[in-house]
Amino acid sequence: MALDKIGIAKRIAQEVQNGFYVNLGIGIPTLVANYVANDLEVEFQSENGVLGMGPFPFDGEEDADIINAGKQTITTMPGASFFDSSMSFAMIRGKHVDLTILGAMEVSENGDIANWKIPGKMVKGMGGAMDLVASAENIIVAMMHTNKAGESKILKRCSLPLTGVGCVTKVVTNLAVLEVKNNAFHLLERAPGVSVEEIKNATEGTLVVHGEIPEMNI
Amino acid sequence: MINKKVNNVKEALEGVKNGMTFMLGGFGLCGIPENAISELVKLNIREVTCISNNAGVDDFGLGLLLQNKQIKKMISSYVGENDEFERQMLSGELEVELTPQGTLAEKCRAAQAGFPAFYTPAGFGTEVAEGKETRAFDGKMYVLEPAFKADFAFVKAWKGDAAGNLIFKGTSRNFNPNMCGAATITVAEVEELVEVGELDPNNIHIPGIFVQRIFQGKNYEKRIEQRTVRQKQ
Repeated sequence: MALDKIGIAKRIAQEVQNGFYVNLGIGIPTLVANYVANDLEVEFQSENGVLGMGPFPFDGEEDADIINAGKQTITTMPGASFFDSSMSFAMIRGKHVDLTILGAMEVSENGDIANWKIPGKMVKGMGGAMDLVASAENIIVAMMHTNKAGESKILKRCSLPLTGVGCVTKVVTNLAVLEVKNNAFHLLERAPGVSVEEIKNATEGTLVVHGEIPEMNI
Repeated sequence: MINKKVNNVKEALEGVKNGMTFMLGGFGLCGIPENAISELVKLNIREVTCISNNAGVDDFGLGLLLQNKQIKKMISSYVGENDEFERQMLSGELEVELTPQGTLAEKCRAAQAGFPAFYTPAGFGTEVAEGKETRAFDGKMYVLEPAFKADFAFVKAWKGDAAGNLIFKGTSRNFNPNMCGAATITVAEVEELVEVGELDPNNIHIPGIFVQRIFQGKNYEKRIEQRTVRQKQ
């Protein structure tokens, strides 16, 4: 069965390694923090100026001055720090952040990503996404494999305005884990109960299937 | 000590005129200069260009200036959560320049620090880089981005003193320190204006040299955009 958003978050959480500083985008990526193994030393960075994000505050303890990039009230962990926007992006642009997890509307087989604009329809802006994808070396995209009409979002070429070029290294969808290299999506894992055939049918971009493809372990 | 203190928001905004460019601190509604925004609405200053990461919500923050059609152009990185903004943008009433968030911050900091421009990888290969000079360094492509130029910067801090020294709280810091000294006149409003000497010089986030006017702010609403909580077990 295809994964839901929580399933995608759980699978991505397995990519987080001990000692990582991690930037989480808005949406599914935010959920990843809930599923990272407790014994790992990990710090979450939010580009609005906090390193060492903690869980949501208890009811009644929320502070208007402490929010994440999704403008949600949060808490901080012991060892946390606050800083200005320029310094926040020095962490990002300067490659001090080890892993970036963000959502996308489309990705293409050469690693392009589109997630900020649908011309004439939706223009919310890129926020920090362009800075993140232009600099991070380890980018995981969390997304649905197809849109509501069933059309693939895993493409040969993105149709929407780009956020970054040739930057995506891994994609985790409701159907599969894909590695992006050599101008193709390489199928690494299937969602539980999802066949290679189903993934092929849902993928417009070049899909490389090498040998037996294991199921995700979540 | 050079005294930067003014008595109220009215004095602090002396000299604002139609058609000017303003920088406004804040991320979402967190750390926005609430008093300065209210005063701009009251003064009905029009045709302004606003440099601000976001555009507020429909009935708060910069949304108030938008409702009043005072803004000619917005320079921002993210403008969701504001229906009036979207309406004005899609209808062409409002000019919008969307800028990557880190670039936006650095264009402020560059103005503060005296850099005319800088190279950043953000936006290379996207429409953000169209018409801009690009250059390769060590095999990677970068886009040349100029520093901002602004007439006033309106920032909000937690504590400050008459010397203009500022301390920020939590994530309400965001763009505020980067905008200090990045415009011709920087106006700081603070929740607590303390006696000179009370702030520990070791803990100052922005030295007073970057601030021209400081005043004790009033009636902070500090609205929360997304109240997210968990329940005690």
